[in-house]
Amino acid sequence: MPTLNLLQAVNDALRLEMRRDSNVVVLGEDVGKFGGVFRATAGLYEEFGPDRVIDTPLAEGGIIGTAIGMALYGLKPVPEIQFSDFIYPAFDQIVSELSKMRYRSGGQYTAPVVIRTPYGGGIKGGLYHSQSPEALFIHQAGLKVVSPSNPYDAKGLLLSCLRQNDPVLFFEPKRVYRAAKGEVPEGDYEVPLGKCAVLREGTDVTVITYGAMVHEASIAVDQLAEAGTSCELIDLRTLWPLDIEGITASAHKTGRVVIVHEAPRTCGFGAEISALLQERCFTSLCAPIRRVTGFDTPFPYTLDEEYLPLAPRIRRGIEETVSYEA
Amino acid sequence: MISPAVSRANGKHHGKAKGRAARPKPKAPALRAVKPGGLSNAQLLEVYRAMMRIRVLDDRMITLQRQGRVGFYGACTGQEAATIASGYALRPGDWVFQALREQGVALMRGLPLVPLIAQVFGNSGDLTKGRQMPSHPASRAVNHVSWSSVIGTQLPHAVGVAWAAKLKGHDTVAMAFLGDGATSSNDFHVAMNFAGVFKVPVVFVCQNNHWSISVPTKNQTASESIAVKATAYGMPGVKVDGNDVEAVYAAVSDAVSRARAGQGATLVECETYRMGAHSTSDDPTRYRDQNEVEEWKKRDPIQRAFKRLQSLGAWDAQRDEELRAELLEEVNAAIKAAEALPAPALDTLFDDVYEHETWNLAEQRAELKAASR
Repeated sequence: MPTLNLLQAVNDALRLEMRRDSNVVVLGEDVGKFGGVFRATAGLYEEFGPDRVIDTPLAEGGIIGTAIGMALYGLKPVPEIQFSDFIYPAFDQIVSELSKMRYRSGGQYTAPVVIRTPYGGGIKGGLYHSQSPEALFIHQAGLKVVSPSNPYDAKGLLLSCLRQNDPVLFFEPKRVYRAAKGEVPEGDYEVPLGKCAVLREGTDVTVITYGAMVHEASIAVDQLAEAGTSCELIDLRTLWPLDIEGITASAHKTGRVVIVHEAPRTCGFGAEISALLQERCFTSLCAPIRRVTGFDTPFPYTLDEEYLPLAPRIRRGIEETVSYEA
Repeated sequence: MISPAVSRANGKHHGKAKGRAARPKPKAPALRAVKPGGLSNAQLLEVYRAMMRIRVLDDRMITLQRQGRVGFYGACTGQEAATIASGYALRPGDWVFQALREQGVALMRGLPLVPLIAQVFGNSGDLTKGRQMPSHPASRAVNHVSWSSVIGTQLPHAVGVAWAAKLKGHDTVAMAFLGDGATSSNDFHVAMNFAGVFKVPVVFVCQNNHWSISVPTKNQTASESIAVKATAYGMPGVKVDGNDVEAVYAAVSDAVSRARAGQGATLVECETYRMGAHSTSDDPTRYRDQNEVEEWKKRDPIQRAFKRLQSLGAWDAQRDEELRAELLEEVNAAIKAAEALPAPALDTLFDDVYEHETWNLAEQRAELKAASR
């Protein structure tokens, strides 16, 4: 089985599906001849040509707005937003149009657009190449939100997204685009949407995270294991629809929960997960649910490592949660 | 049902040719002169009937709103020529993206009256299940796409549909309606730009009715016209007298033919006038001069079409009265039938958010049903 990085796995999924389904088209800024600024679409232009791998004008609202029309007509557009920080010009098209097309037409029209976008910090990108806006989209009825942490999931989740009929935001953790490597089957397979992965089973505390922070949480959990703390590490993979059964089962089991994400804390996805778990697991909980997250500041350029909830901060959050006594 | 004549699908026009499009000004060389093209008497009468039908419907709907029977309504009144003659230039397989006032196009293309009126009531007869405000219909059967109330957002969708048709090798044309206000929106810019760059078969029909609620067109743009904006996007722009059925049809059918022939997009500006309020929630006496309204009432497109038909010997006052009575009877019967339908079932509130219901929606469905027992 070949070892790929996360970018190569995304590329592999796109190529596989474009060969299988002639309705799949890729569009975005620099995705064609250049193969994308991160090279996620490298080689697709050469194989599928300019009608299916389309370099668009520089307008995110136009990319998503026209992708909606393409999907209405029966194509399967996969627009790339070059950095998720640039998604806001398309926010209206995503929120007002894409997410509501099925509902507002009484189910007559659907627009299953799969929007790929790199997100998160760690590449010295400053305010506008580092943001994690996933919660804004989870808040919108009608959208699915997915974020893989590793190459195997990236390929399998993307293929699943391309074969279902709802609009998806596919957030790719660019911090680990090349760093995350792993074995990826050459052929076709799917990773089901709406199912989390329990990366490590444990009994003392549940650590819930996704995207690039899975790797940081892994480091923290490994260190704590040596110190005798048994952590259950959950990679959500699909943020929405959330695997509510998976996380509640774990919270019931351990009674202590730490949620980790890069996005700012206030109204971040951790807040929703925390609320859901206290509603469902109240009598099982032995400690307040803890959030270890990015801060409620814009994303800083120089102090980016300090902003991110990296392993040391995660470890401290876990330790405090495990040692909490009422 | 009135449907666009399939016999026109080959692009041939019958009857006396005319070219009544406004001449381009010297300063605007990009404006295309419209080629002569025309409607036969029978076709003109068909268009006239569809115009009259929406006028009768609009009048009744506004009355119903005043009576408290429907919540809101956006009428086409004064813009029937610009709306109906544009839609008439399409084939049945073409796609339509309406703005606020073009539901008459769906009606003409085969959406029956009862579901259209049920959409205004928002009840179980509404194809969109009572989910949107009135004047937001959608019908898959006639390729009439659902629109939001956010101005201009439908324009890139039309470009996307046209683009997809082109990529699939179909000869489908997409028509997108917009008002003068929408030309200020970011989506107008991106739609025009993408349509120009990728040369897609879309026709933008701008109904310049001079008012965006209370803001006059001169406060939307400093351009000498809306049509001239097309120049910057590398496509033809045409300005026509939007209250002249034949001029609108000539310009729009020319644009549709160009699109179908692979020659790309066109922006057609129909200069017309919103004779009534923006919507039933509006009071135009607070911001516009009644004399202006009276002047435009003299150019009422329905009266003009009537006079034209009369001059052609194809119509007369008596037949007109009969037609009006027949349409009123049809509309009233449809209102009666639509109004009698029950509200959408409780369960429909949670349908169609996703293809398959998510766990949270299942829980919330149960919560609502438990509370309403």
